[in-house]
Amino acid sequence: MIKPEVYQALGLNDQEYGKIEQIMGREPSSTELAMFSVEWSEHCGYPRSRALIKNFPKDGKYPAMVGEDSGGIIVDDLAIIFKMESHNHPSQVEPKQGAATGVGGIIRDIFTAGARPIASLDSLRFGPLTDPYNRYLLKGVVDGIAFYGNCLGVPTVGGEIYFDESYSGNCLVNAMSIGVCHKDKLARAKAVGIGNPIMYVGSSTGRDGIGGCSVLASHEFSEGEEKRPTVQIGDPFTEKCLIEATLEMLDTGYVLGIKDMGAAGLTCSSAEMADAGEVGMEIDLDKVPLRETGMEAYEIMMSESQERMLVCVKKGKEKAVEDIFKKWDLHGVVIGHVTDDKKLRVKYQGKVVADINTEALAKAPIYHMPDEKPAYLDELQGFDFNSIPVPKDFNNVLLKLLASPTIASKAWVYEQYDHMVQVNTCVLPGSDAAVLRLKGRKIGLAATTDCNSRYCYLNPYVGAQIAVAEAARNLVCSGAEPAAVTDCLNFGNPEKPDRYYAFKNCVNGIIDACKFFGTPVVSGNVSFYNESPQGAINPTPSIGMIGILPDIDKRMTQSFKNEGDIIILLGENKNELGGSEYLKVIHDKVAGNSPALDLATEKALQKTVFEAIQAGLINSAHDCSEGGLAVALAECCFPGLGAQITCLPGSGEIRNDSLLFGESQTRVIVSCSPQNADKLEKLAKQNKVSFAKIGKVGGTKLMIEDLVDLPAQKAKQVWQSAID
Amino acid sequence: MKFGVIVFPGSNCDHDCFHVIDKVLKQPVKYIWHKETKLKDFDCIIIPGGFSYGDYLRCGAIARFSPIMEEVIKFANAGGLVIGICNGFQVLLEAGLLPGAMLRNKNLHFICKFVELKVENTDTPFSSGYNKGQIVRIPIAHNEGNYYIDAAGLEKLQANNQIVFRYVDNPNGAVDDIAGIVNEKGNVLGMMPHPERASEDELTSKDGLVVWESILKGFSK
Repeated sequence: MIKPEVYQALGLNDQEYGKIEQIMGREPSSTELAMFSVEWSEHCGYPRSRALIKNFPKDGKYPAMVGEDSGGIIVDDLAIIFKMESHNHPSQVEPKQGAATGVGGIIRDIFTAGARPIASLDSLRFGPLTDPYNRYLLKGVVDGIAFYGNCLGVPTVGGEIYFDESYSGNCLVNAMSIGVCHKDKLARAKAVGIGNPIMYVGSSTGRDGIGGCSVLASHEFSEGEEKRPTVQIGDPFTEKCLIEATLEMLDTGYVLGIKDMGAAGLTCSSAEMADAGEVGMEIDLDKVPLRETGMEAYEIMMSESQERMLVCVKKGKEKAVEDIFKKWDLHGVVIGHVTDDKKLRVKYQGKVVADINTEALAKAPIYHMPDEKPAYLDELQGFDFNSIPVPKDFNNVLLKLLASPTIASKAWVYEQYDHMVQVNTCVLPGSDAAVLRLKGRKIGLAATTDCNSRYCYLNPYVGAQIAVAEAARNLVCSGAEPAAVTDCLNFGNPEKPDRYYAFKNCVNGIIDACKFFGTPVVSGNVSFYNESPQGAINPTPSIGMIGILPDIDKRMTQSFKNEGDIIILLGENKNELGGSEYLKVIHDKVAGNSPALDLATEKALQKTVFEAIQAGLINSAHDCSEGGLAVALAECCFPGLGAQITCLPGSGEIRNDSLLFGESQTRVIVSCSPQNADKLEKLAKQNKVSFAKIGKVGGTKLMIEDLVDLPAQKAKQVWQSAID
Repeated sequence: MKFGVIVFPGSNCDHDCFHVIDKVLKQPVKYIWHKETKLKDFDCIIIPGGFSYGDYLRCGAIARFSPIMEEVIKFANAGGLVIGICNGFQVLLEAGLLPGAMLRNKNLHFICKFVELKVENTDTPFSSGYNKGQIVRIPIAHNEGNYYIDAAGLEKLQANNQIVFRYVDNPNGAVDDIAGIVNEKGNVLGMMPHPERASEDELTSKDGLVVWESILKGFSK
């Protein structure tokens, strides 16, 4: 008899165990139980999120592909494959290896689709740096991303980092990777053809990462737990060889299906490949290359050792595949074959240790979770801003904001990442979005990640829409047209109705915004249970978005370019302080409602900026985000040119702190030559977008009406030295 | 002019060097797998950047024992042009084709950024297209670029005019701000900055292209 303690230790509850017994028609073996526990875990099977995320839009300008492990779009003859995935809990426990294997895992998802990885981005969240443990996490995570990504030769070109108390005790590491290949070269993650061999390729299997997805990723952190043994260990050199060997193997045309052994390792790859191909599979664990002796069957099936793949190969081509992996000093061995009975049969030491229907195993049950509006929402949204005094010295406020780690320069981070290898990086990190060329083509690629989780905390639905809108805005400011989305949905415990309320509303916000912008959600990942004894993290639906530049030579950056250029604000300044970095840094408050967002106005603004760039009317474009107009203007000045801002719309009507530091959405600062200003105004009018000449580029100071007067280099120094 | 790009397991700038020679310099170029034992019919050998063998031992220390390195040493000793970039420079040091050694960057971090270099010696096949004293913008990307050589060795480098590039603002602690050196004969160059990353307009600097053009011009003469 299997005792409740056993299945509970594996992360299964009583109902789930009951269902397993029902499926099996008997008591499961220990190996079978272990396989169900990982495959049905939230991390692999999405039982608590599938009902909602299936509604993400799939249609856009470009044909979208939603694959088994990743997704993408087809542009001309090119498949652009991308996905974002979380590695939060492993990083909280062991930051270097947690982050490193997060990067390794997402990159494997890209090249298993047949695409060569060309860029990575990382969306990171930590608690305040005043806590030494958070500093340790930041250093470790950055070190891990650099350690793994640099060695692979995949440039880390962008991302974002936020700091907020809600992440103390549960940091977030969301890694995104992008790859490209000819559209006819895409690989599938399924097993086909009865009798075809199943090959295990890559590194050997050890005891690392056992239960990583079930025990670690699918539960909250509790006090005093030791979960370090569940973290995998990464070997980027092996992965680099695996990339080259895999792409070489896929080039032969001998591969029918391929899947990464990531979360839930051999269990997930075998079950899901068989299920996707509507076939069965028999594998013999005695053939699996092991790095330790005496491993039990369940350990081999659950291990999350890195840098391994499962491949379904055309019969008779085993030797050719083996030779390619031998060349790269990697394993390539036949461990089983495709069967016709839709069963996953696992043998070990001459015995059948598991025999499970693949569909029952691969399709985790779906739970419809109850949700309830959190009690804090009405109270915070009704916050009275009259209780907040308007500061007198705005220079000082601006300097404080520029030194806030969320706003400050991230050069200390991105200079540790090789962001130029592969020689495609046309806009270096630090601008609104990363811009990559696609060698030999006129079109280019822009990518960004965005999410202000404070807005999502204050208003889950609108906050998530803002994440989508801001990502799109960042792409547009770089000269690209937004094309498609991947998301990484980081939330607290879904079994708590108030957490689930935030999840549900964020998902709905993304669905509505993505439909409106015509940007399909092609891939993604859900990470629940981001809670520590201090509570849940802010709802954090990270949006990774890619855009296409019709002309790489028309890429745009945020910095002011020429003395005498006119500075123009497109969009409106509103009396909004809710959720702002200003409110948090200066007044130590997280309150109010998120900024408002009108999707139609946003779309019109983005259309205007995009058209202005394509028509060659403007010399810089920068969106206003954390820290508002004043911080955005300062960032435009940092390469060296100052600005005199003389007339801001809303000046005298709205609070001066709102005017300078409020985070109203749908605003972009552009600069253009005096002779282009009228054309730009006409274009804005056509699109019904607010247009205001607010000042001029020039000098060495940033001056904003009679409110701010700072040497730009002094502001830059403060901004540059905050994180190091 | 025929170029060869050596590929070790873990090389990751091999494609970039290949691309620049093929598409920008428009010269014939081939990859050479590290297990090959013949080096025939090449005019210039490029040892690219990356993490050969993962850099798990000292950088370049294992690559140096790859079969192809015997041939590269012979090729260099016979006067053939060899350029090692970043990890390739480290391999050349380990192989004894260039003097000195690499230590970790003084800040103990990987550093990737554009830096300014001063061209100190234009009397080499790799730098003849620059003006002496010219300041050029070429990026670095390394963990171990802190070049070290003892005082006697440094004196020799200086006396023989073997220092080709110096950092304007030393990013990694290298002795005498050294970013790139040649051997005594001048036919083997090692440099930490990546000229292949600064050879096209789209990449914000074309200052590195002069290295490739110098090689080609010298050969065509």
